[in-house]
Amino acid sequence: MELFNGAAIPSGDIPFLAPGEFRAEVLRLCGEGARLVNFFGSPDESGGARLFAILGLDEDSELRIVSTLISAELPRYEALTPDLLQAHLFEREIAEQWAIMPQGHPWLKPLRYHSNYRGVPDIWKDIATRTIPGAYPFYAVEGEEVHEVGVGPVHAGIIEPGHFRFQCHGEEILHLEIQLGYQHRGIEPLMRGNDLKRCALLSEAIAGDTSIGHSIAFCETAESLAACAIPPKAQAIRAVALELERLANHAGDLGALGMDAGFLPSSAYFGRMRGDYLNLLLELSGNRFGKGLCRPGGVLFDIDEAMARDFCRKLTVYKREFDEVSDLLFSRPSVLARFEGAGTLSVKTARELGLVGPAARASQVERDARIDYASGMWQFCHVPISLGATGDVYARALVRRQEADRSLEFLLKILPSLPQGGIFTPPPPLRPGCLAVSLVEGWRGEIAHVGMTDCRGGFARYKIKDPSFHNWFGLALAMRNQEISDFPLCNKSFNLSYCGHDL
Amino acid sequence: MLKIIKTRLKQGCRTLAFPKRKPPALPPRYRGRPVIAGTDTGAITFSPDSGAAYSTEYRMAVSKREELKEEKALARALKAEMLRIFGRSLKLRQVSAGGCNSCEADLNVLTTPVYDLGRFGIQFVASPRHADGIIVTGPITRNMREALLATYAAIPDPKIVIASGACAISGGMFAGSPEVSGGLDTIIPVDLYIPGCPPHPLTTLDGLLRLLGRIKKNTR
Repeated sequence: MELFNGAAIPSGDIPFLAPGEFRAEVLRLCGEGARLVNFFGSPDESGGARLFAILGLDEDSELRIVSTLISAELPRYEALTPDLLQAHLFEREIAEQWAIMPQGHPWLKPLRYHSNYRGVPDIWKDIATRTIPGAYPFYAVEGEEVHEVGVGPVHAGIIEPGHFRFQCHGEEILHLEIQLGYQHRGIEPLMRGNDLKRCALLSEAIAGDTSIGHSIAFCETAESLAACAIPPKAQAIRAVALELERLANHAGDLGALGMDAGFLPSSAYFGRMRGDYLNLLLELSGNRFGKGLCRPGGVLFDIDEAMARDFCRKLTVYKREFDEVSDLLFSRPSVLARFEGAGTLSVKTARELGLVGPAARASQVERDARIDYASGMWQFCHVPISLGATGDVYARALVRRQEADRSLEFLLKILPSLPQGGIFTPPPPLRPGCLAVSLVEGWRGEIAHVGMTDCRGGFARYKIKDPSFHNWFGLALAMRNQEISDFPLCNKSFNLSYCGHDL
Repeated sequence: MLKIIKTRLKQGCRTLAFPKRKPPALPPRYRGRPVIAGTDTGAITFSPDSGAAYSTEYRMAVSKREELKEEKALARALKAEMLRIFGRSLKLRQVSAGGCNSCEADLNVLTTPVYDLGRFGIQFVASPRHADGIIVTGPITRNMREALLATYAAIPDPKIVIASGACAISGGMFAGSPEVSGGLDTIIPVDLYIPGCPPHPLTTLDGLLRLLGRIKKNTR
């Protein structure tokens, strides 16, 4: 069934296929070029669970929804992963959240270590009571000369926790397995009911460095369910904030990449420049990460003409600085020697895994939700896609540089000509019994939120997909046959969210 | 090489003169200490639609949990003995126990040129064995509890503990979720509380410098 980014449909209209037909239909659509945007379970009154797969046909800019019902008496189905690699983590999540066994899943391991939401016995014994460091069946390579390196959960720098287990032969990594779940706060169960204010706060905390991306996705989901449009000026301000967020993070990433290649001058400057963009968000919203800006119905803070002029003046200076410092970084032979050929992901692997964001675009995969599923301001204002050719650290860095340049151009274009009018209209109540999906191109890639309301008009199920959910496995595969000393560099070239994955 | 020198000269020195001089004024929309007295700054997320009004006061770090409700409280310096050991060189180990990454990002920024934590002798270190104290962000998820306690135990005595952000102080907006704790001081004793969501880097810097006796005045 067809679905649109930002338009709600009655849940009752969604056709339910039998599990076997559901599997066949998803595989058929993916065989024709679709990819999984979201795939999740939802509670059913019968005690079983409904599975929903949302597929994206990027080239046609269309979305499809397919669903099935798994009964409580027979809580299993034939896994999609053996035939569709990109379903891998989604099926592990469904198994953990709903205690539904994906039969034949080749890598069925815990994800976030919590009890299932149906209240029946979990698939893994004692999943919610055992302490998780080490409690994970890592894939091990046998051999006398093989050694294991374990890193985390506490990492050397100021960074979120996760565990990396390397199987190494000398300096060469044979296999990397990433165990996450340390940041699991239980956000999805908290996004229930109709306290939209609390849900908005939670959406901003899914991944604090993507506060704007996730809060826009939440707001658009709620606005679709309430069937309300927001004022054009609010759309524009949300777009400004999203691009400022992208700029801040890309500048920070380029700085960190330089540091890991041993080139410090650009890191110091990029680190400061990141603060410049965050300070613009601070001026706009009172918070460096844009928390408190977006709410269902619009935005809470305005950009008047004086502020728009001031931002343009500053961004013109920032653009010049960004270009100069980028030139400094990208012209160093020592940096290029480290960046080129490290952590390469082929276009085939990137597609198979369903990667999104700069990591995908660096491997020549053309996908960007601002173009493919344009909503809000991006329906009127185009940002050209930034592609890389080689799929290595260099390409991922270059894509970030290009995207930052394009974000700066976008901001300098729309700030002098923001729409007139109001910025907020209180939304009507959410319509009962509906489902809505919202796609936003966050700086790491495609964010997808799905909201489903119950008969009283409150959220019965809220499904969050952070772009990192697709990309973590990409990092693991990119490290195969690489040198372990290149790991920090490759990790930073992906820069994925631990808490966005863990929720 | 010439390019590097040229860029360096162009970029100039951006380090704030703080605390010698007042920091640049924060923008009017910045949400600092709430105007209404008695608000527990460790339990709020400073959101603009909570009904509260906020000042632009960034100095909010305190030494005791109850002081978060006091309008005039500010962090106090460590006792003389601890100050003798840590006053000129404080190595901190950071642990993210469920943080959303905004607290972590604004701690990272303290090492960049504008704030330049290194000039005060404060440094973030890679191993708890090298550390004098621990600074924790996040609501302490169930899955990070053991790692946090192991890291804390690995720091040699005497050690200090800092809770950064609403989540670390009280669980923040996650308070009530079965996956998180009710605040860092329900697990280990805390010496410095830095409220915010996330705390502005100046709030953190102000708190750390007061802890080390670098900012002497104890009243506003």
